[in-house]
Amino acid sequence: MRSLEEAIAEAKRTGDYQGMVDAIPYNAFLGLHLKRTEDGPLCVLPADPKLVGNPLLPALHGGVVGALLESAALMQLMWAHETVHVPKTINLTVDYLRSAKPVETFAQGALTRHGRRIANVRVEAWQDDRDRPVATALAHFLLT
Amino acid sequence: MNDRIPPLSKTVIEAMIRDNIPHCGELGVRLVDVGPGSMTMALDYQERFVGNPETGVLHGGIITTLVDTVSGMSVYAALGKLVAVATLDLRIDYLKPAMPHMPLIAHAECYKTTRQIAFTRCTAYHQADDPVATCVGTFMIGSSSKPPVQMPAQAGGAVE
Repeated sequence: MRSLEEAIAEAKRTGDYQGMVDAIPYNAFLGLHLKRTEDGPLCVLPADPKLVGNPLLPALHGGVVGALLESAALMQLMWAHETVHVPKTINLTVDYLRSAKPVETFAQGALTRHGRRIANVRVEAWQDDRDRPVATALAHFLLT
Repeated sequence: MNDRIPPLSKTVIEAMIRDNIPHCGELGVRLVDVGPGSMTMALDYQERFVGNPETGVLHGGIITTLVDTVSGMSVYAALGKLVAVATLDLRIDYLKPAMPHMPLIAHAECYKTTRQIAFTRCTAYHQADDPVATCVGTFMIGSSSKPPVQMPAQAGGAVE
């Protein structure tokens, strides 16, 4: 398998970040893909029965929503960050605002602060209406 | 926690993981122990959970999923019954990388419940004295009129 740093370097060269997502096995397991926007990568989690946490509601597993948020925050940071090193997640605070239906789910991060050693990223996940997020998160990453 | 609360049987929890939480069935989440107000589960290492292919360390997302599951189900252990719970928030601190080829264990305690809210704390580890991640969470109790599970009454453990 191609090294993650090679995948990141290529993503930065070509502007196509999908290779970077695919280089991470867990992202591939979730089926994550990226859409390019002016504000950076938009993460898309496809509808998939294996991601359901509660079949009676039905709802996506909260952990999967958390994983999507963390991945989107990381992707946003990699897009903005000048080096090819993979930042380490220090912590993640997830607020669950609504039950997430088992449908296609989107997430996009925004850098609140990008320091020399630490980055602070705010990220939202939504389904049919971006103005009605299903969950938001705040993540801190160690850059060095 | 309160001694008067009936313990939930491991069979009930195992059936719930297997039959009622498709994502946990898919991942292979295993029940280790149920105590009064506490829950312990494990997840064996699998290549598809890797976050960094060079080092083989687990992705934070899989830790979040295990911790959310165990924390939420510790609420059942605290209440002694299965009720609909929904995660309000989770704060996860990643203390060190989750190492390859080792099962990840998560132990959660629901240390306080009110009529509507449950408060949890959880530790994920390979070895109990060396945590990989810690998490505090809050859950809404009775978040839905639908019970979290449909199962025959003889399986044991109250369903509300």
